[in-house]
Amino acid sequence: MSNPANDQSVPQPAGIVERLVRDDVDRKRFLKMAGSAGAASFGAFVLAACGSSSKTASTAATTAASTSSSSSTGDLAILNYALTLEYLETDFYRGVVASDFFTGKVGGLIKEFGSQEMTHVEALKGAVEKLGGTPVTAPEAKFPIKSATQVALLAYTVENLGASAYLGQAPHIQNAEVLASALAIHSVEARHAATLGTLVKKSVTPDGAFAVPADMSTVLAAVKPFLA
Amino acid sequence: MTRASFILRGALATGALYGTTAVAPFVSQALASTGGGDAEILNFALTLEYLESDFYTVKGKQVGLSGQAKSYATLFGAEEEAHVSALTAAIRQLGGTPVAKPTFVFPTTSESSFLALASVLENTGVGAYNGAGPSLKSKAVLASAGSIVQTEARHAAAIDLLIGKSPTPNQGFDRPLTKAEVLAKAGPLIKA
Repeated sequence: MSNPANDQSVPQPAGIVERLVRDDVDRKRFLKMAGSAGAASFGAFVLAACGSSSKTASTAATTAASTSSSSSTGDLAILNYALTLEYLETDFYRGVVASDFFTGKVGGLIKEFGSQEMTHVEALKGAVEKLGGTPVTAPEAKFPIKSATQVALLAYTVENLGASAYLGQAPHIQNAEVLASALAIHSVEARHAATLGTLVKKSVTPDGAFAVPADMSTVLAAVKPFLA
Repeated sequence: MTRASFILRGALATGALYGTTAVAPFVSQALASTGGGDAEILNFALTLEYLESDFYTVKGKQVGLSGQAKSYATLFGAEEEAHVSALTAAIRQLGGTPVAKPTFVFPTTSESSFLALASVLENTGVGAYNGAGPSLKSKAVLASAGSIVQTEARHAAAIDLLIGKSPTPNQGFDRPLTKAEVLAKAGPLIKA
């Protein structure tokens, strides 16, 4: 996080991400403070590597990433943000499992994915505490659970969003252990997304060869409708 | 107490078993897999991508695939080729020299053995990128590697589902691989 984080506007750890989801003004202020603007443009490197001429954007992304301070404040905010998303995923799968829409092999996978999200929650809580922070509390969520088709499509959307959210944060993580953990979770979210893609007959690689990251602002806006 | 936190409280024992403790040993493994600078790491990745693209585009045709196996091989082969191009350009951008494409030998003659090997290659690819990630110095390179590993993970899950295996062989946390572990899997397939 950039230096303004040191002044009195440092967000309280508990519930901050949830508040950000609800409050556009807070979100904009937080994102400005966190210097997350870089997240939006970091896909530029891939484009540059592919031969596009977006060298300026690439440089901007690198600069934005390197100007984040090396303190753990940024990592804590990222971990609590990821924790909020994992809470939401866990809550979603809990509702899906309870619905009994899926049986057999698919039902088994859904259950498995739900419990894997739960292990992500626990791992992230542990990581927040290890960095000396306070894990955020779970937001109150309300996901529509109407039919097998609707739920499967929503699951595909949710998992793709989760995967792109982790991808969006990876270059901003300072602590190597935190990064290794985030990467270990990131590819599992991708596996979930691809699995659901086969279920709903959609692409397993919707972004093609290069998965597209999503910044915090985009993700928080996308989950906002599901908060109770 | 929210509904979600109530459920989580009930699952705390599970979390303690599979959560942080499940990640911890893998983290030290990922951090141990340092191997030179970014260009060197990307060259290692490039070798793997050459292997994967050759496997899908050349071997896939020789074996004679059909149905879903064929369409995955076509799609994934094109995506691996795109990774080859991106990594080649990235290595040059870092001032390095991209490795030449090696010659490969794949011990497979049927669709089923092809898919079984595809599963090994894709899952090894995921572990390789996840293992190398924390060693990358450039955040831009890390972003690029992350973008690629997500695609490898998607390939791995799709192939595993097709052959009746779990799409999440490492459960909630993908296991990063060291360079030596990756070489143990990929090395025998590299002829020269």
